[in-house]
Amino acid sequence: MNTLMIDGKYIEVPEGTTILEAARRAGIYIPTLCDDPRLEPYGACRLCLVQVKGMPRPVTSCTTPATDGMEVQTSNEQIERIRKTIVELLLSDHPNDCMVCEKAGDCTLQELAYFYNLRENRFWGERRQYTRKDANPFIERDMEKCVLCGKCVRVCEEVQGVAAIDIAYRGFQAKVCPPFERDLDCEFCGQCVSVCPTGALIGKQSLGKGRQKDIKRVDTVCPYCGCGCNITLHVSRNEVIRVTSEPDTLNEGWLCVKGRFGFRFVNSPDRLKTPLIRRNGRFEEATWTEALGYIASNLKRIKKQYGADAIAGLSSARCTNEENYLFQKFMRAVIGTNNVDHCARY
Amino acid sequence: MAGLATVFGSGAMTNSIQEIEDNDLIFVIGSNTKENHPIVALRMIKAVRRGARLIVADPRKVPLVRFAHLWLQQKPGTDVALLNSMMHVIVKEELYDREFIVERTEGFNREFLDNLEEYTPEVGEKITGVSKDKIIEAARLYATAERAGIYYTMGITQHSHGSDNVFSIANLALMCGNLGKESSGVNPLRGQNNVQGSTDMGCIPDSYPGYQKVNLPAVKEKFEHLWGVKLSEKPGLTAPEMIFEAEAGNVRAMYIMGENPVLSDPDVNHTVKILKELDFLVVQDIFMTETAELAHVVLPAASFAEKDGTFTNTERRVQRIRKAIDPPGRARDDAWIIMELSKTMGYEMKYSHISEVFNEIGMAWPAVAGISYSRLERGGIQWPCPTSDHPGTPYLFKGGFPRGRGRFTTVRFRPSMEPPDEEYPFVLTTGRQLFQYHTGTMTRRVDPINKVAPEPYVEIHPDDALRMDIQDGEMVRVSSRRGSIRLKAMVVKRPEPGVVFIPFHFKEAAANVLTDGHALDPLCKIPELKVCAVRIEKDRA
Repeated sequence: MNTLMIDGKYIEVPEGTTILEAARRAGIYIPTLCDDPRLEPYGACRLCLVQVKGMPRPVTSCTTPATDGMEVQTSNEQIERIRKTIVELLLSDHPNDCMVCEKAGDCTLQELAYFYNLRENRFWGERRQYTRKDANPFIERDMEKCVLCGKCVRVCEEVQGVAAIDIAYRGFQAKVCPPFERDLDCEFCGQCVSVCPTGALIGKQSLGKGRQKDIKRVDTVCPYCGCGCNITLHVSRNEVIRVTSEPDTLNEGWLCVKGRFGFRFVNSPDRLKTPLIRRNGRFEEATWTEALGYIASNLKRIKKQYGADAIAGLSSARCTNEENYLFQKFMRAVIGTNNVDHCARY
Repeated sequence: MAGLATVFGSGAMTNSIQEIEDNDLIFVIGSNTKENHPIVALRMIKAVRRGARLIVADPRKVPLVRFAHLWLQQKPGTDVALLNSMMHVIVKEELYDREFIVERTEGFNREFLDNLEEYTPEVGEKITGVSKDKIIEAARLYATAERAGIYYTMGITQHSHGSDNVFSIANLALMCGNLGKESSGVNPLRGQNNVQGSTDMGCIPDSYPGYQKVNLPAVKEKFEHLWGVKLSEKPGLTAPEMIFEAEAGNVRAMYIMGENPVLSDPDVNHTVKILKELDFLVVQDIFMTETAELAHVVLPAASFAEKDGTFTNTERRVQRIRKAIDPPGRARDDAWIIMELSKTMGYEMKYSHISEVFNEIGMAWPAVAGISYSRLERGGIQWPCPTSDHPGTPYLFKGGFPRGRGRFTTVRFRPSMEPPDEEYPFVLTTGRQLFQYHTGTMTRRVDPINKVAPEPYVEIHPDDALRMDIQDGEMVRVSSRRGSIRLKAMVVKRPEPGVVFIPFHFKEAAANVLTDGHALDPLCKIPELKVCAVRIEKDRA
């Protein structure tokens, strides 16, 4: 264990902890754009600069290991000036169209501009101009909003193991793109969307569906495979418009294409909306009372004529525990048979 | 699951997903993890980055192979020979865990060892097509690892010898003492959000909730007392048996909730014919599925986003799902429908909130008695969790096996029921792909998913395609003894020559038109969806 002092506070941390991690552990805020605790330290954005006693100039806290006896200052006039300048430089090459940006209200860059009260910008000049790429069915890319933090590149390589994209070219021309700017070989997991600190990467299905402040967030569990990933449904006007996941869940905030982007079936116009009874070979709409009465009388008739074991029930691996419990209870206690199974029990 | 329950006394993943990170060896067999359990695969990739070794045994070059140190491309249906052969090496080289075998297992005897004697790496190579050097290397890697985890799915179970495959996996883990500790165990990955839960809840014909057998008088009495009615002690029919008994006229009515057996069961044409002939069929679902179209009554249900309740994931973790929106029109959640139907039939199920159903489950099954909705607010809990101060159980069998000792089972290799022949020269294996899900009821209604995975296809090796003059993207006809479908050829080196793969999501070319509904595992009655013989022709239509 190493003991260091950050802003006058003593903190004990294990070997290999960075200054940034140590500060977070002590509840001390250091701004960053490119850091994610789930990714390897990177040191791109320079916002997390801190002053370490004995070092000639500020160091990036995300890449500097905490050592025993270290004394760290996370904020002083020089550091704040540098940070503010960095944000100003980023904004000078940014569309600054927050009033129509999907990310508004959930954007790290916007937060930083607010924090440093940046109404005007000292810098101006040429801006990167990119046409919006539209071929991707899941992800809207607005490269003018990219701050080159490299999170999307790193998550794709380090976590997803795909490496579909990387940063190409240098300096002002630098941009994130697939190899040789050719076809994208992508699993569409949207991990990149989830870590993007600005509006550069946005899930297409949520475009124009509602502002952040109007969204109700409901924590639940993904309905697809058995991993049991924790998801948060973003709801606007009785419609699920987006799915996200928090980093402190059992799936660490990561999802797959189905979990993140496969939710629109819920609001599909094809949903069954009323009970249907087949009459003369055609389905006719019915009330619940009619439908349930019709089922009850038929099941009773068949049970009376052929016995309870002439009735069988298939339950579902898609339904809840409670529903499955009630279903087998219904088959066993009400119908009187153990003929109950589901297709995926093996 | 029946297989694991037989040899350990409990059938579920022995470890947690999080523990994968600390595996030093990961053995994936019959699981396309990167496409079908993507988030479990991420943990595996993380472990590999930390230095774990990864062995993948799969007839196809599945995406996880890219991260593997060793890929064993066994022929479909030859897993027993592969595993026996690995165990042969482990016994020969005395790499097994003597202490564990003596203290915690039974059946490691002459009969068991004599049987393994036959499966030399040379014999293994002959049956499986995997070179003997790779078999030996895999055996050594697995046996010498400290914390080795085995992960499998339907590639192991959906065979007429599925239980044998599971027994062989259990044998391997028992032999090397890789059970009852953190990050080492036997882990069947569940393919649907609540397979574990629906099985736990007793939606199986021989057990009440919590795997309590229906034919045990004491169990029956307990549930008669809990539910206040007389109950039947006769074990019921499994899903495939329901179809056979319906054909024989013994099952006259079916109530199907949230399943689409027309597409998910083998031999589609047969399933449709039988369901059509039923006196009465009720289907309760969120969409008009291929099965619902055959029903006498269709009931509109609520989706996962429209109700409260719990799911149990593949690692036995009970988690809360929460209502976010209202169901459309007059659709109602399944629990409401069952309770109302029950009332109409004259048996009142009285619960004022869904959490009361969960509390009743706790009364019926001690392993979840300690779980309550208020505890679940703070996160999921892994059963067994018998009391309200119990933290839950991340890995099983710490102090021993529920059945006492873990049991070795002597398993002989049996070929699949329908080997390829002159008329049907290809082995067809079926499965899922990354983008679509199961019978497509949900994912095929998501536009962007349909853009990237729009249509059915059959994967054919370039050598076979060349021989038959089939181009990539060309329409072909695939036929078996049951039926025939028309779909695009995807010429790709993923399967080996002689093997083809079709995902079963697409109703317009349903893979299960081709599979065999009568090739069942004798123990658990699972159909052989992973191997059948087919013929491929250029489509002349």
